[in-house]
Amino acid sequence: MANHLAIDNAGPGSAEARLANALLGFKVRDKAFHVLTLAAAWTVLILLGGVVASLVAGSIPAIKAFGLNFLTTEAWNPVTEKFGAMAPVYGTIVTSIIAMAIAVPSALGIAIFLTELCPYALRRPVGIAIELLAGIPSIIYGIWGLFVLAPFLQEHVEPGVISLFANVPVLSDLFAGPPYGIGVLTAGVILAIMVLPIVASISRDVFETVPAVLKESAYAVGCTTWEVVRSVVIPYTRVGIIGGVMLGLGRALGETMAVTFVIGNAHKISPSLLSPGTTISATIANEFTEAVGDIYTSALITLGLILFVITFIILAISRYLLLRLHQREGL
Amino acid sequence: MAIYDTRRRRSKFYIGLCFASVAIGLGWLAIILGTLLFEGFRNISPAVFTQMTPPPGSEGGLKNAIIGSLIMTVLGVAIGTPLGMLAGTYMAEYGRHSKLTIVVRFINDILLSAPSIIVGLFIYEVMVVKMGHFSALAGAMALAVIVVPVVVRTTEDMLLLVPDPLREAASALGLPRAIVIGKVAYRAARAGLITGVLLAIARISGETAPLLFTALNNQFFSTNLNAPMSSLPAVIFQFALSPYKEWQQLAWTGALLITLAVLVLSVTARVLQMGKPGK
Repeated sequence: MANHLAIDNAGPGSAEARLANALLGFKVRDKAFHVLTLAAAWTVLILLGGVVASLVAGSIPAIKAFGLNFLTTEAWNPVTEKFGAMAPVYGTIVTSIIAMAIAVPSALGIAIFLTELCPYALRRPVGIAIELLAGIPSIIYGIWGLFVLAPFLQEHVEPGVISLFANVPVLSDLFAGPPYGIGVLTAGVILAIMVLPIVASISRDVFETVPAVLKESAYAVGCTTWEVVRSVVIPYTRVGIIGGVMLGLGRALGETMAVTFVIGNAHKISPSLLSPGTTISATIANEFTEAVGDIYTSALITLGLILFVITFIILAISRYLLLRLHQREGL
Repeated sequence: MAIYDTRRRRSKFYIGLCFASVAIGLGWLAIILGTLLFEGFRNISPAVFTQMTPPPGSEGGLKNAIIGSLIMTVLGVAIGTPLGMLAGTYMAEYGRHSKLTIVVRFINDILLSAPSIIVGLFIYEVMVVKMGHFSALAGAMALAVIVVPVVVRTTEDMLLLVPDPLREAASALGLPRAIVIGKVAYRAARAGLITGVLLAIARISGETAPLLFTALNNQFFSTNLNAPMSSLPAVIFQFALSPYKEWQQLAWTGALLITLAVLVLSVTARVLQMGKPGK
């Protein structure tokens, strides 16, 4: 009431009062917007916290039942409710290693091509094509792997590989058994195709940070193109390349659909790369909706927790390395 | 001269390898798209859009899956975008140099590449278990969780591209921060912000793993948000792994629809971004 009187008393100065009111409104709205955006920023953190908390809460029954043995047990038997994570963890790691072994060299090749060799007019189109490949959803790779790649490997590649290495000591175990088509190797190849554009486009961005003057100096003292790449570009960007590779690895470890289609979902560790296996994400995708009983569900959530911890560490290292590169670039 | 020749030959060899890897990389794209177009278009017909998913062994379409995907994608974007934009706004405008921004940026980048199946587990725990049943709403929430980091990232990047003199000029007129952001920064970065949303839609339109145990699947037409809902990726997953020819054909057609949608969205996003400062 007093406030109103004060404004009324201002009489002829009521325009001033309206201005004061408007300014107050501005201030309140500004503050409100500030708080709103701050809350949204916190929500991102809470989201991650929620993910961790829910995974931990969900995995408590399984951890109570199996303890650390969960990690070292290969058995996975829903009937007797005996669960161990070893087979899926093994499959996850092996498929990712195969994927990185194939994808990293070719991704670096593409990045070198795009930054050093490519005619200027072609740079954008080729770069965009590679990025489009990175945007294709993983289920597309999955269905393609199932209907095209797996039969192709089964009929044309695997029999040859098996007979080729039949008498070589270690390799005969790695490439043994009937050619199923679906299996650990096929999953690794599909993952490689998926990861390739991711690593390639990050490596390209990283290679572009090399100052032209460094490369020009190397060319001026007579280096060949390969020597410039080998002795200037790669050493200068090593941290960034590792960051990009780790990012690709994080993707490969957590990739679900592309792998689920072609790995065969067999809970066993087999020395042969041609036999069916499983990965953490494939196990969850295949079995979660059919899981009966608390322990079964909880075992699957514990697998999710393991996957999350592994990928979190890998991705954190990757982001840290890429961040370091950006900071150096900024200096 | 012999040494020089060796060096030149070595250089040629490795450069040859680089060309080979480009050929392989683009070769994959061509082969995958080629197969997809061939298999997908072979069976495309109006029935795909007008009929429901069939029981095994008979003809049908993908209408319920297409509608379900559209509903959940729209909901997911509608929930995730405002949150992501506000968070990105904080990082680029209010808290540009604050510690919180650095932490959020780091965590957000990790969420951006975290396995999407984990998001599915998270929503299952917090929504499906609490509600006692699978639902389209849970599916949309899972997609929203995936939208948020994409939008946060692009919003921050795009707002940071807006030149500071624009903001300073507006502030010099006495405008409060909120209006500077809303009327100047957002407007200057509009194309970039739309790009972010388009990329987010592209990202979730093919997501399968988070839907498997949130929205589940539904072989019938349903618009009930409180019940399981069909989606294209879930149908592709189910149909592709089935032994029935008709189902496998529909899976290919569905895959083609998703890929076309993703490619159109990504290309549009790129066109929008062209000619923008710094990109």
